[in-house]
Amino acid sequence: MKKYDIFLAGVGGQGIGLLSETLARAVDYSGQRVIGADTHGLAQRGGMVSSHLRVGTGAHSVLITRHSADLVVALERHEALRGMLDYLKDGGTLVYYDAVWQPLDVRLRRTAQVRNEDIEAEAARKKAKVLRVFKEDLADSRMQNVIIMAELSKAKLIPGVEKEHYTAALSDLLSGRVLEVNLKAFEEVAG
Amino acid sequence: MKSMGEMLLSTGGGSEIVIGNTAIVRAMLEAGVRVATSYPGSPTPEIASAIASIPRERNPMYFEFSVNEKVATEVAFGASINGHLSCVFFKSVGLNVAADTFVQLSMMELIGGMVIVLGDDPGANSSQNEQDNRHYAHLSYTPVFEPATPSEVYVMFKQAADLSRKLRMPVIVRLSTHVCHAKEKVYFGPMPVHEHGNKPLFCMENGPYIPIAADALKMKRRTLHKFWELKDLLEELPVNIVEDNSSERGVITAGAPYLSLMDVLEEVEDKPDVMKLGIVHPLPKNRILQFLKAHKEVKILEELDDVLEREIKAFAYDNGLTTRILGKGDLEDWIGEYTPDKVREVLSKCWPDTFKPVKEPDSPVKLNARPAQMCPGCGHRSAFHAIKLALKDTDITVADIGCHTLGYLEPYRVGQVLLCMGHSTGTAAGLSMFNDSRRVVAFLGDSTFFHAGLPGIVNAVFNKHNLTLIIMENGTTAMTGHQDHPAVGRNFNDVSQKIPVRQVLEGLGVSNIREIDTYNQAGLKEYVEAALEEEGFKVIIARHPCMLKFTREMRKKGKKLPRPVRVGEKCNLKYVCVGQFACPSYQIADGGRVWVQEDLCIGDRSCVQTCPSQAIEPVE
Repeated sequence: MKKYDIFLAGVGGQGIGLLSETLARAVDYSGQRVIGADTHGLAQRGGMVSSHLRVGTGAHSVLITRHSADLVVALERHEALRGMLDYLKDGGTLVYYDAVWQPLDVRLRRTAQVRNEDIEAEAARKKAKVLRVFKEDLADSRMQNVIIMAELSKAKLIPGVEKEHYTAALSDLLSGRVLEVNLKAFEEVAG
Repeated sequence: MKSMGEMLLSTGGGSEIVIGNTAIVRAMLEAGVRVATSYPGSPTPEIASAIASIPRERNPMYFEFSVNEKVATEVAFGASINGHLSCVFFKSVGLNVAADTFVQLSMMELIGGMVIVLGDDPGANSSQNEQDNRHYAHLSYTPVFEPATPSEVYVMFKQAADLSRKLRMPVIVRLSTHVCHAKEKVYFGPMPVHEHGNKPLFCMENGPYIPIAADALKMKRRTLHKFWELKDLLEELPVNIVEDNSSERGVITAGAPYLSLMDVLEEVEDKPDVMKLGIVHPLPKNRILQFLKAHKEVKILEELDDVLEREIKAFAYDNGLTTRILGKGDLEDWIGEYTPDKVREVLSKCWPDTFKPVKEPDSPVKLNARPAQMCPGCGHRSAFHAIKLALKDTDITVADIGCHTLGYLEPYRVGQVLLCMGHSTGTAAGLSMFNDSRRVVAFLGDSTFFHAGLPGIVNAVFNKHNLTLIIMENGTTAMTGHQDHPAVGRNFNDVSQKIPVRQVLEGLGVSNIREIDTYNQAGLKEYVEAALEEEGFKVIIARHPCMLKFTREMRKKGKKLPRPVRVGEKCNLKYVCVGQFACPSYQIADGGRVWVQEDLCIGDRSCVQTCPSQAIEPVE
């Protein structure tokens, strides 16, 4: 493939780093070239974090050009809207886990919380496909990233990357009980 | 699970997906670095994380976090003049701290070799400025390699180490944020066998090492000799890339902007020829002249300042070339990281026929930024909430570097001026002069206290300044990823002697000291009020362990955290928890009710005391 750009977004502390590293390795297991970078500013927790992944031989910089990502993956609702506005190309795909970590402006009651309808409306303008992910019975919120990964696998949203590539990548990065729990959650959703 | 440590030590080499900061550690080991030093600072701390992944007993390299960049540079220098290949790494502005030492290095015969790895930060992603450290290289006659990718980081570090050993001079490997953090598959060669000796090779005959009077000029002459010799040597080094698109136009660039350029060129028909420099100081003059001569117009595409441009224009002038050289245009060309978007914009200004800036699509939706903030349970939040209640609007608050800098953000607004690490006490002293009406409060973190905070404190005692200093002690270097500092009782390698902040203050002659845990908000408020009424130099140690570190350690040990708090029926919507204390765990529901986001709350209960209606309920 010449180029397939994936922009990931979330809030510091949600596990974007592990998600991005796993996807990079999954792409590598599929035999395709991948480059990328995590971007994080000052704080340990609570600020916006993003990660760029670029698949294919036509990608050079690790940073994706604005409004040109084929796929935006977000772990939080506000960041899903932001990721789509800033990076998704027209006709691209947005996948987001519907967690809500309200930004300061919402908590200070200056702006309203983003609604799922707002995301739908913006997606319609961009002719983008949207996949909202939410798992009612998820015991540990730190596994939202694995659930969204399973949805990416199930819907085959990253061209050429199959289920076994994701699980091989997870096995590279986790071990013991943590790996076991994550693989189980992945299998349940990915089918 | 794959082990990073095993990959870094592997005798056969192999390939792995790594970030630039990891690739450089493999290169250090292959090059035979014996002593490495640093002070933590983004974008470079992951270099130390990679070193930490190597089992201690199998690591041939000694590493330490020194107390600041200057000391780190001196330790690496000392090792080098004793015959060991050494490496020091730190962030962009770290070089300012190290500068007094650094500028002397090129005058010294570094018999073991020494590589300085800089993490520059175009775009000021995590720094107080985006300074262009190539200026320091010019100031000190130090060569600079500038890799663009993790693979180049790996190769160029080894070339830099070779060159440094050969010429016995310091060599810089200049990284930038998205070279440090870029990831790709890097192919590693086999690990050479190094015979490290333990014989100290320091020898005066290699000197002089004392740059005093006439010797300083003699040493400068020797430096310049080496630098001239180097210029010829570098012409032949295979570090430059030239891409021939048979155009009358050319671009000269280097580092990460080269990759951005390649992205932009994917989309245009009339591609200019490209020359990518691997070493940006000194420049390969003959090769550049050749490139200039072959083109009608050449754009110098460089991030930050016009360092290449000025030198290349001088080459062209001296050689009577008529090539049109396009340098920086308007001031925006000097600002920000050269991402693909930025490069397209810069090129569209000089060649609008070929390059078009991307038009931002119109969207009715506007989303405000989500700035960084203090973590749930952060002791600094508790402190700022209490301190703010003790301050008058007219008081002047001086911030310093660390997580507590975030106190300047809404809704706290504590900390109104910031220069750099450790400036706060000195700046506050100046603010206190000819000033009887506005009280001055300075803040300082505990790692920064040791790094650059001590001279300002000694000065305040020595010159009897009138101000209050609040030391925000969280027991770690939190912002850069929890590195230990001298008050912790552990260094990078081992248990070490604790150097308590209070004892140091007492030793420095500070007589007015108060200490309190920041979760005791009433007590802290009282202390600040009292200190502000007193004359002279007052210090309050406002202490609470970093709760992010604490919760991570609890989870690692398999221990359960306390349950999240909840908002009970007594709540009558005063919004102190969410609007003034502003822990991110507190969220607003439709209709204005307040609720606790349980994924965020760590059950620390520092918020309970802030509620005027006593509506925040701990859950057992």
